[in-house]
Amino acid sequence: MIMKDMIVDRVKKVPPSGIRKYFDLINEMKDAISLGVGEPDFITPWNIREAGIYSLENGHTQYSSNAGFIELREEIAKYLYRKFSLEYDPVSEILVTVGGSEAIDAALRALVGPGDEVIIPEPSFVAYKGCTGFTGATAVTIPLKQENDFKLTAEELENAITDRTKVVIIPFPNNPTGAIMTKEDLYELVKVLKDRNIVIISDEIYCELTYEGKHTSIASFPEVKEQTVVINGFSKSFAMTGWRLGYACGHKDLINEMKKIHQYCIMCAPTTAQDAAIEALRNSEDDVEMMAKEYNRRRRVMLDGFKKAGYSCFEPKGAFYVFPNIKSSGLSSDEFCERLLTEYKVLVVPGTAFGECGEGYVRACYASSMENIVEAMRRIKAFTDSLGK
Amino acid sequence: MEEILEILEKNSRATAEEIAVMLGKTTEEVAEAIKKYEAENVIVGYSTLINWEKTHREKVTALIEVKVTPQRGLGFDKIADRIYRYPEVNACYLMSGGFDLTVIIEGKTMKEVALFVSEKLAPLESVLSCATHFVLKKYKDKGTIFEEKPTDRREPIYI
Repeated sequence: MIMKDMIVDRVKKVPPSGIRKYFDLINEMKDAISLGVGEPDFITPWNIREAGIYSLENGHTQYSSNAGFIELREEIAKYLYRKFSLEYDPVSEILVTVGGSEAIDAALRALVGPGDEVIIPEPSFVAYKGCTGFTGATAVTIPLKQENDFKLTAEELENAITDRTKVVIIPFPNNPTGAIMTKEDLYELVKVLKDRNIVIISDEIYCELTYEGKHTSIASFPEVKEQTVVINGFSKSFAMTGWRLGYACGHKDLINEMKKIHQYCIMCAPTTAQDAAIEALRNSEDDVEMMAKEYNRRRRVMLDGFKKAGYSCFEPKGAFYVFPNIKSSGLSSDEFCERLLTEYKVLVVPGTAFGECGEGYVRACYASSMENIVEAMRRIKAFTDSLGK
Repeated sequence: MEEILEILEKNSRATAEEIAVMLGKTTEEVAEAIKKYEAENVIVGYSTLINWEKTHREKVTALIEVKVTPQRGLGFDKIADRIYRYPEVNACYLMSGGFDLTVIIEGKTMKEVALFVSEKLAPLESVLSCATHFVLKKYKDKGTIFEEKPTDRREPIYI
């Protein structure tokens, strides 16, 4: 038997990670600075870690209900109401998942299959396209533009919709561009989507990292609330990536079906993490604010660094990424990243890892210490000067 | 502009230019604000956090609980003033609870500290009693854990 031939086509067709080779390179290097990994450099705040320890001490080691501890779902409901004026019933409209990623996967699997289309604005998080591919549905991508600050416009959305469109993914604040959508921006999309048989998957995992104004959820518009499923989680806001905890909120009929998928392949999210998350939602406002403040300073330093190195760079207002335009270097994204890493020992990720339209851009993550960022920007400037452009 | 203070409190070496970039202000604005804070004694000084245990220098720190008699009309301020003016006194706080003043002393040897207490502090007229506690090891000071160097343990992951 040739195992390769046994793999189902729709899985085989999903490309492997495009940045693996950089990670292999950097592993063998000394003094390299990685701006490549998209996760907080902060350790989970101590009170949250302590709640995890207590949970274990108290022998809280059995399954929770499939949807997650009701206590946690209640805290999630309170948090979403307090922060974004979203109202969800903890009993029937909230599902606790293993990271936001599982919620995205479960939502797509519950909603689409062969013949359906999923609209995905790009550049964006790679899992949307991958998970869509696994369902057999077709990903329809919209290349977002720097001149629009990488926002999704109503016109672009309208042009991508066909009678096969079943889902549109709204991923803001965005990985990798750092773009956000304001309330006004979102309202333009609401006008396009309301009264249509299209489900909105709104991935708001970076909601706490919005640096100008406050994050608005598209689900806060009553016109589209019912047709929206909000994806969120603890990884980015509370620096809890390794705990693997996220959630989905939406219409009870959708959540119910997603729960079925979750029940069969996951059972329930890890209970230690769930107990820690309850503490996170109750008592970590100050830490969240402190981290966001620190990211904001680093954001300005990194943006300033790319500008001083001579690159055109749109000002990202969310998440923890800067997405400079490196076309003036005369290099492709891939060449830029490879040479920067081998010659100047700084890892940034080619924009093409997040969609073809990312050509000419790179993603640099500022979830790294200020010293690292300052040194990395010095090296990037030196690298650019060495190109003589 | 108070964010300037937060930054300087963590890293007093940050320059006005660096802070300006972090906060999206001009260097002049930040430099001026710092000057004003210094003039108003909001910024009282700049110091460096040193783990002396890692050096060859002998250093002893003691925390002394002092009970005093407050003076009419002056409360505790007068006697506190007498105590904190000694250069050996590193910190001095007025306390609620079982005693009145916490006095933190730094000296070269235990004997030096003990002599300071017995010859200078205890004989002061208003001082009723002193209880001296020597610090054996500093785990954390000014919000910084001494034996913990932050390391980046993030593994390569595709996200």
